[in-house]
Amino acid sequence: MSVHQSTVRALAVACAALVVAGCTSATEAGSSGDGEPGKDTTTVGFIMVGPKDDFGYNQAVYEGSQAVEAAFPDLEVLTAENVPEDDTAATTMQQMIDEGAELIFATSYGHLDAALSVAEENPDVVVVQQGNTITDDIPENSGTYFGTVYEPMYLAGIAAGTATESDKLGYVYAFPIPQTIANINAFERGAQSVNPDVETITVSTSSWCDPGKQQAAAESLLDEGVDVLTQHQDCTSTVIQAAEKSGAMTVGYHADASEIAPEGWLTGAVWDWGPVYTDIVQTVVDGDFVGSAYNDNFRVGYKTGTNPFVLAPYGPGVSEETITAIETAQEWLGTEEGSPFAGPVLDQDGEVRVEEGGVPTYADNDVMDYFVQGVIGNLAQ
Amino acid sequence: MSLVVDVLSGGVSGGTSIMYAGVGETVSERAGVINLGTEGSMLVGALGAYAAGVETGNPWIGVLAGATAGGALALVHGYLVVRRGASQFASGLSLLFLALGLTSLFGAPYVGQPVVGFDTWEVPLLSDLPVLGPVLFQHDPLLYLGYLVVPLVWVVLFKTRVGLLGRTAGERADSLTVHGYSVHAIRIGAVTAGGVLAGMGGAHLATAYANAWFENMVAGRGFIAVALVIFATWSPWRVLGGAYLFGCAIALGPALQARAFEINQFLLDAVPFVLTLAVLTILGKRTLSASPAELKRVFENAPPSG
Repeated sequence: MSVHQSTVRALAVACAALVVAGCTSATEAGSSGDGEPGKDTTTVGFIMVGPKDDFGYNQAVYEGSQAVEAAFPDLEVLTAENVPEDDTAATTMQQMIDEGAELIFATSYGHLDAALSVAEENPDVVVVQQGNTITDDIPENSGTYFGTVYEPMYLAGIAAGTATESDKLGYVYAFPIPQTIANINAFERGAQSVNPDVETITVSTSSWCDPGKQQAAAESLLDEGVDVLTQHQDCTSTVIQAAEKSGAMTVGYHADASEIAPEGWLTGAVWDWGPVYTDIVQTVVDGDFVGSAYNDNFRVGYKTGTNPFVLAPYGPGVSEETITAIETAQEWLGTEEGSPFAGPVLDQDGEVRVEEGGVPTYADNDVMDYFVQGVIGNLAQ
Repeated sequence: MSLVVDVLSGGVSGGTSIMYAGVGETVSERAGVINLGTEGSMLVGALGAYAAGVETGNPWIGVLAGATAGGALALVHGYLVVRRGASQFASGLSLLFLALGLTSLFGAPYVGQPVVGFDTWEVPLLSDLPVLGPVLFQHDPLLYLGYLVVPLVWVVLFKTRVGLLGRTAGERADSLTVHGYSVHAIRIGAVTAGGVLAGMGGAHLATAYANAWFENMVAGRGFIAVALVIFATWSPWRVLGGAYLFGCAIALGPALQARAFEINQFLLDAVPFVLTLAVLTILGKRTLSASPAELKRVFENAPPSG
């Protein structure tokens, strides 16, 4: 309930401010230009693009925000759900700032523009954005952060590549953004590492959550003989149930959904944002944000620790042998030379994208714009 | 399966929710009321069916709940436009946004909850037919019920006294008044019946097709249904064909992608709407002349008589 109350309060404060003082900028109340944006903040805000209980992306954010609340009992944590990726996002963030927030987490890919404009107007407030990449100069009070979800997807690919009998895996995705492309490629390469003949067939729905389109996509893939389905969608139960009903296996995303696929569940990539959020808050509160790892396009993975993406529990179809192979691969991903995209990597046209012996950085993988060999489908760009 | 069978079969299963809503809107418009809130009736129908399905474990009780919810929302529309003379466009759209808000609010606990939905039931013998079997007879019971809805609505509309009264309310409402009938009651009844059917469409989407509840999951299918009624020139049979055609257009994208055709996904997403515009262009003025007469008064912004 505190969610709605705090949102309402934020609105009330914003209205009162307008009435009493006209269009006074709330930042005047805070310290200004001290080069330590967000230091000693008493309030932290989180905006989410969807509902806080979607069993997926936004729920993971919400749970992360609750972990922050638990770790910092004196901190007030504001959360706002269903904030669209447009001007509304900027307005909502400004309302949180008016209520005293000096650290804001803008947690959807499309919140970046709003986050940057709010950061520019409020130099003493830190606005960090989840999942996107700042391509221009990074302002002192901003940055992006994300996990490397393609690492656990590579591991899940090992489970899928071992389990498939048709050598056809299916991937339902929303939009061809680099994050998704890297997931699909890593999944295929994980599968290839144990099964050289395996293909991953991709179908896009052009939506983060349209269960009707997901059903159509799943049906088409199953008709094509796919026997393991996975996805990059915000709501996941339609595809998982379509797989289970037709006797296919499934690799989850966002949440452990083994409950609705007791037969076909293999594993999946699920979230644990708590440690990363907590560390960002600590850094900001200490006044150490400027120049820190978070004042950048920060990516965390098996190489750096606290990857917010962890592997979901295994289903009945995953053997001890496969689990051992996955554990070995996870250790390898954490080493210098380990990567789902350790060369040689060829794209669909057979062109070399990573030379033999090459290991791309997290930053390289963040701008991936091609499908690797073995992925079936084409990128609308 | 071949591409053609895949697309046709996907068209029938994906088009069924649109068909229910389109037939419902036909009933409503035949009586002289446009309901842009059809999308909203589908939404409350989807949530009603899903929630009742989760709580009772019986998908048929879900359909009943979805139909009731869809009808109730349409009843509000009927009251506002028929009794209060409110603008049909404003009322329909307002109710849609109300439905969006209410279903997001009350639907939150059901997101991600598993439901006992409708399972595929292959019709004996018929499902073994080549092409026709997989396309028409390897689906769920609520979809088969849809096969009966169109003939049933057609019979009621064109072969019964109730249907005659309804159509007269849409063509020459004055003559009903002369004969002592209440145009208001007839119109409210027709709008509500339309909402019931739209609610069943929502129920199919949530508990038979996608097996999930998520806010705004109808995603424009209700508006496609409203467009479809004009597209079909107010004939239930053509609504049936049109809904499956739309379903095929939606199924075409994934089917081509799964077969690695070199085609842009965003272009494929536009197919259903390009199709609508093409048909509207071809039919042109014919859609206007086929329109129920009282409906034209709505387009002319004059209050419907009665």
